[in-house]
Amino acid sequence: MPAISALLLPVGMAVAAGLVGSVAVMRRMTLAADAISHIALPGVGLALIFHFNPVLGALAALFVGTLLVWAVERQTRIPTEAIIGVVFSAALAVGSMMTSGEALIDALFGAPHTLGRAELVLGGVAAVVVIAFILRARSELVITLVSPDLARTAGINVARVDLLFLFAFALTVALGLRYLGVLLMGSLIIIPAATAKQLARSLSGMQLIAVGIAVFATLVGAVAGPMVGVETGPLTIVVAAAVFFVSLVVRRAQ
Amino acid sequence: MPTALEVQHLSVTFGQDRVVRDLSFAVESGSTLAIIGPNGAGKTVVFRALIGAVPYTGNVRWAPGTRIGYVPQKLDIERDLPLTGIDFLRAKADVSHVSRDEIARALDAVNLDMDFARQSIGTLSGGQFQRLLVAFALMGRPSVLLFDEPTAGVDQPGEENIYALFRQLQREQGFTLLLISHELNLVYRYSDNVLCLSRRQSCFGPPIEVLTTERLQEMYGAQVKFHDHEHGHAGH
Repeated sequence: MPAISALLLPVGMAVAAGLVGSVAVMRRMTLAADAISHIALPGVGLALIFHFNPVLGALAALFVGTLLVWAVERQTRIPTEAIIGVVFSAALAVGSMMTSGEALIDALFGAPHTLGRAELVLGGVAAVVVIAFILRARSELVITLVSPDLARTAGINVARVDLLFLFAFALTVALGLRYLGVLLMGSLIIIPAATAKQLARSLSGMQLIAVGIAVFATLVGAVAGPMVGVETGPLTIVVAAAVFFVSLVVRRAQ
Repeated sequence: MPTALEVQHLSVTFGQDRVVRDLSFAVESGSTLAIIGPNGAGKTVVFRALIGAVPYTGNVRWAPGTRIGYVPQKLDIERDLPLTGIDFLRAKADVSHVSRDEIARALDAVNLDMDFARQSIGTLSGGQFQRLLVAFALMGRPSVLLFDEPTAGVDQPGEENIYALFRQLQREQGFTLLLISHELNLVYRYSDNVLCLSRRQSCFGPPIEVLTTERLQEMYGAQVKFHDHEHGHAGH
């Protein structure tokens, strides 16, 4: 069983994922959100080729990807979903060609047991930054997602809020990258929030349920995974997905 | 009277399509301007240009320190969006730096029951949601209220009620009111000036000058249901 201190990063990561995911799902950007996480892979590939920290490579790639999504979102005439789908699937393919073997599997699905102290600390700091941002900017995010026009008249700089949110999203992906990997971190952001949307009636309800499910799934993955000999990341997402399907049944019963 | 808004040579173009053409008008502080015109004449686009949501050419000058409250025609809200009316109004209180006590006052001003405000906004009826949007617009004491009339979802007495409500709030708070409407009788009764828009031309002036049968026919291109002004201007 992992030490309590070793659980701090995963718990911080899960709280950030639940909060960021709540906003992403309410903004109806599930596809874009999942796709953004894929663009981290070419960054990881470059980092492995040129021997620097993969998280830095991923952050750089995510920064570029975020600006791209932001620019595409602002050009409403372009079919956003198609472009996002194509660009980010291509990013995944290119990243896979640049990375191979064990390194590719680690980048895609995470390698929680290989995390160093520095990575744990940086991850923790990133989680605190993301959580603080979402809680502080909650009102601006909510009005902007209901209507950018209402947000403008309320004195909100919509383009700035959108960009900061996308950066918070990218940072969340980056902080979970070594733990859950490129493919699964996107899922930890989206699945608990999608589940919460089935069950919640209010904003606080949505955020609490999303955070609760993300933390629960992460803890089950971290604690039970090693006990039963299953990889932590995949187990985490399987648990989150199971809760999602239960929520569908609960919703139908309501 | 000081000027709340001055618009000079406003034009909005979407691709090849010039939706708003060389529009100039001014609105006095505390007065009511109604914008009328057939569907597709660009009424909502004018509003969106005034709030800076679409690119335009020409000048839009709001008086210094203007605070805008905007009630859009419709919003695309998912039925299951987990956001209550209270969540929505609380967010407005936070961004406009007013006390959360304002929420109860705003709901009271639009006669919306607290029980409805506790429901998720996607489940409210058209009329209830519109009242919530008006409450949202009123929070933070706007100096100008922009109201884009819904074409569906609010029944006739409901619409008349909302105009009466605006008159009362305008008297109490002294804001400038810009509204888009299809209800020419209400426009005639409640507005100081009318801006009429159509693809071919625009006109601007007090209702008694602008709302003539010939001009309306020219603008709408057909017989319009408007009983003329023999009863005189109801006045303010």
